[in-house]
Amino acid sequence: MASVALSEAEKVYIVHGVQDLRVDGRGCEDYRCVEVETDVVSNTSGSARVKLGHTDILVGVKAEMGTPKLEKPNEGYLEFFVDCSANATPEFEGRGGDDLGTEIANTLYRIFNNKSSVDLKSLCISPREHCWILYVDVLLLECDGNLFDTICIAVKAALFNTRIPRVRVLEDEEGSKDIELSDDPYDCIRLSVENVPCIVTLCKIGYRHVVDATLQEEACSLASLLVSVTSAGVVTCMRKVGKGSLDPESIFEMMETGKRVGKVLHASLQSVLHKEESLGPKRQKVGFLG
Amino acid sequence: MAMEMRLPVARKPLSESVGRDTKKHLVVPGDTITTDTGFMRGHGTYMGEEKLIASVAGSVERVNKLICVKALKTRYNGEVGDIVVGRITERRRSAEDELAMRGFLQEGDLISAEVQAVFSDGAVSLHTRSLKYGKLGQGVLVQVSPSLVKRQKTHFHDLPCGASVILGNNGFIWIYPTPEHKEEDAGAFSANLEPVSLADREVISRLRNCIVSLVTQRVMLYDTSILYCYEASLPHQIKDLLKPEIMEEVVMETRQRLLEQEG
Repeated sequence: MASVALSEAEKVYIVHGVQDLRVDGRGCEDYRCVEVETDVVSNTSGSARVKLGHTDILVGVKAEMGTPKLEKPNEGYLEFFVDCSANATPEFEGRGGDDLGTEIANTLYRIFNNKSSVDLKSLCISPREHCWILYVDVLLLECDGNLFDTICIAVKAALFNTRIPRVRVLEDEEGSKDIELSDDPYDCIRLSVENVPCIVTLCKIGYRHVVDATLQEEACSLASLLVSVTSAGVVTCMRKVGKGSLDPESIFEMMETGKRVGKVLHASLQSVLHKEESLGPKRQKVGFLG
Repeated sequence: MAMEMRLPVARKPLSESVGRDTKKHLVVPGDTITTDTGFMRGHGTYMGEEKLIASVAGSVERVNKLICVKALKTRYNGEVGDIVVGRITERRRSAEDELAMRGFLQEGDLISAEVQAVFSDGAVSLHTRSLKYGKLGQGVLVQVSPSLVKRQKTHFHDLPCGASVILGNNGFIWIYPTPEHKEEDAGAFSANLEPVSLADREVISRLRNCIVSLVTQRVMLYDTSILYCYEASLPHQIKDLLKPEIMEEVVMETRQRLLEQEG
């Protein structure tokens, strides 16, 4: 993970500060300002860019046709790939970012590995033969702490923005199937992202836990808990990272905080995405040069 | 708990909001500055095909017959006598070094020092030959572009709001609680690890957010600008200073006060 070196005195300052006031004045459950924009990459089926402080993530979703998996013939599936670009920190140059990338991709697979996150049956075109495969590519542009939360927000926004063309399966007299794409480019199906979970990372610093840690705060924390929560407050998966140990009571407290914070996160994200959509096709795209 | 999500807003060009009378002559590398060959060329320029061409992106400054280009954003170039704040990343591994220094300075420690000499490849050698330099204790470090730190007579300031800052010429700004009394061994190598009071923390966090706001709006950093920004930020909560619109408002007020003070 991208990390920053701190002196002992700085760490002591941060650890004592977490009790009342964090270094930038936030409380333990406050997030930094988040900027979300969808539809930034034109040749994808859906895309989103999310900025949380200085952490910058770009997600692109491409829908391609393929064959369903043998054990699940009636469903499509999602494939995740995470690229830690050398843009973010020099540590990611060459193969340096691969470990972090695989870790994040595996976490994403885990949190989406249940029946209700995304309706996979809607991605099926004809059972055992054709289905939609959604390739979700995540690009880390800049890293300033709290990667997992930002990536999940971006993945959810990109899936909300994804438009999959509507197809029809036509059967010939001989029995061979033909797939017909609709002529109208705006005729597409959209995914329901109601149950797509978001990750809340809770870092244990001293005796308290904080949400949305900066790089300096992450350097002071020995253990963190990643809780993946849906908009209804249901926990889909939990993971502990870090060398330190966590008390079972603190795990319970952190989980409760995660659920509470997760619900608010989902509500804000939904309202921003709907607001953006209501601006319609005439909205001013800010993009990368804004 | 607070959570705010918003849509991005395109940046406004700075000149509109500032309303400067004299427009700066901005150049990018490769731009012709002048075809008049009577000028002496300074930093950031070179002579090519009978005309003076810029080699960095910045604003043109002219002093009588000397033309130079002051870059807007550069890596730090050391000058003798500069105060810098630095972090120890690596150290020489020899037996004497181990015995002597390891008790005092570790990797990752922050120190304040003065530039003693500059080598031809750009490397600088530092000295801490005064009690005011040395290892830094508890506080907050803010990293900004070196071009935003104004050159002044002194870079150590004890601000009246209750905290002290060291404005390193290399862009590293150190904010720390003002020491109660000038100890005999101030600047020595044992840090004070007592918890800092909440009142001091509030001042330090507010100063840190003010400095970050000034930097996003590209205002030069010196003790007066930081102090005015602090005073302008008092009506807002410390964590609200992280929001872009409040940052703009506070820096606008700071700019006005600075202009009034000049004029």
